[in-house]
Amino acid sequence: MSIKFIHSFFGLFGYVGQRIVDTIELTGYTLVLLLQAGFYTKNVFSKRREILKQMYIAAVKTFFVVSVVALFTGMIVALQTGIEMKAFKQEALIGNVIIATMTREMGPFMTAIILTASVGSAMAAEIGTMTVSEEVDALQMMSISPVKFLVMPRVVAMAIMVPIMTVYTNALGTLGGGVVANYQLQVSWEVYYSHVLESLHFKAVYTGLLKSFIFGLIISGVSCAQGLRATNGALGVGKATREAVVISFLMVLIIGYFITAVFYGKE
Amino acid sequence: MIEFVDVYKYYNTRAVLKGVSMRIERGETFVIIGQSGTGKTVSLRHIAGLVDPDGGDVIIDGVKMNGAKRRVKTALREKMGVLFQSGALINWMTVGDNIALPLVEHRLHPPDEIEKIVAEKLHMLQLTDARDKMPADISGGMRKRAGLARSLVRNPEIILYDEPSSGLDPVMTSVIDQLIRRMQREYNITSVVVTHDMGSAYAIADRIAMLYQGEIIQCGTPDEIRNTENPIVRQFITGSLAGPIPVV
Repeated sequence: MSIKFIHSFFGLFGYVGQRIVDTIELTGYTLVLLLQAGFYTKNVFSKRREILKQMYIAAVKTFFVVSVVALFTGMIVALQTGIEMKAFKQEALIGNVIIATMTREMGPFMTAIILTASVGSAMAAEIGTMTVSEEVDALQMMSISPVKFLVMPRVVAMAIMVPIMTVYTNALGTLGGGVVANYQLQVSWEVYYSHVLESLHFKAVYTGLLKSFIFGLIISGVSCAQGLRATNGALGVGKATREAVVISFLMVLIIGYFITAVFYGKE
Repeated sequence: MIEFVDVYKYYNTRAVLKGVSMRIERGETFVIIGQSGTGKTVSLRHIAGLVDPDGGDVIIDGVKMNGAKRRVKTALREKMGVLFQSGALINWMTVGDNIALPLVEHRLHPPDEIEKIVAEKLHMLQLTDARDKMPADISGGMRKRAGLARSLVRNPEIILYDEPSSGLDPVMTSVIDQLIRRMQREYNITSVVVTHDMGSAYAIADRIAMLYQGEIIQCGTPDEIRNTENPIVRQFITGSLAGPIPVV
């Protein structure tokens, strides 16, 4: 019994240790991949068609879901906060709450989550399929860098499109908040927008955009890394896709917190 | 010249190659036969520099491929073309664009000249009508031929073929076999072919090596292999169920 316990204890210890080593290795691999993609941005012009295609995928193909999520995020935040504020007769200030929440946190976060689920997962699956079907090997044999050919266009497209989609999410979320403020909290549009403009600080905008830029790098970097490391056929592609989504979610949350802490932690 | 010197390769704890040594001369067509999972494709991947051995060396034209810097590997790969088992075409590009890809990416020729080279390769492999088709819209055999056209487009000195006749009908297999022979005859190309197809092996090989459980158990001319006394080789080439190779 005790030998069995010791055996399982060391087994657990070994498993945890291996997971830590794997995580460090994957982090290093992803960072190197992003640095290499940065190096290949010198080829942005020659890869403009692929970059535009990836931008199209990130924007147009997620447009509907981003719109719905943005609108309802603003509406939910307005309703939940507005009800509490109304108890203190402060509902007129709902515009300040909505714009601060959307620009600083919810806009970049919700956009990143949607793009991870739709674009990041597709990236991991596409590159993973190319890896297991030897297309990535074929690129290497043609002396074509898979980072230049596959990763760089996706990283550049996401680094551009996540901030753009975030601005759109912020705008639509603010509109959604306004609808609730107007129809459910009886705050007029004029009052709502005067408070929105009052709290629309430059710092909130640029920290939000910086966050979304970094989220774009994280989503594309993690997804491409997972795709390039896929093994074992369809099963491996499924695993790579799942891991890309899970890791991107976690990284968006954790890095998002630290960016907020850096810019707002001492206020 | 391609040389394997005492090459070992392990996946996890399983030894896939166990001290493989062989020498493939310039202009030779060298065929590797063996059961599935005996390390034939792994051997090709060593030559291509896509994997490094855990022991021993792989030497291409006097330069060590394993552990070489990226620049050296790239230079060695520029001498090579590979036909992967599935063709490995980029699935969002047309057949023509796939064939042109290495020339376009490296800007080796002006666009009109690239177009001419692509047309010539398409004609050579009877794919002219497939120029503007997507890989998903053509048959497996056509994908394979398109992959071969792409590997030929840079006029390589060495071509590695991974199961070139799998999935092809007998007529198309003969077309590929003749092409391999023609490459050797006209351009003195070195070919390393991994195959299960003994008909093809006899038709194209200068020498045939049989890999069994990670080791080369016999290497010789097609006649030597055909008349072998080795019971494992004999069972494999005749496809017999009775013999030392376990049927699992």
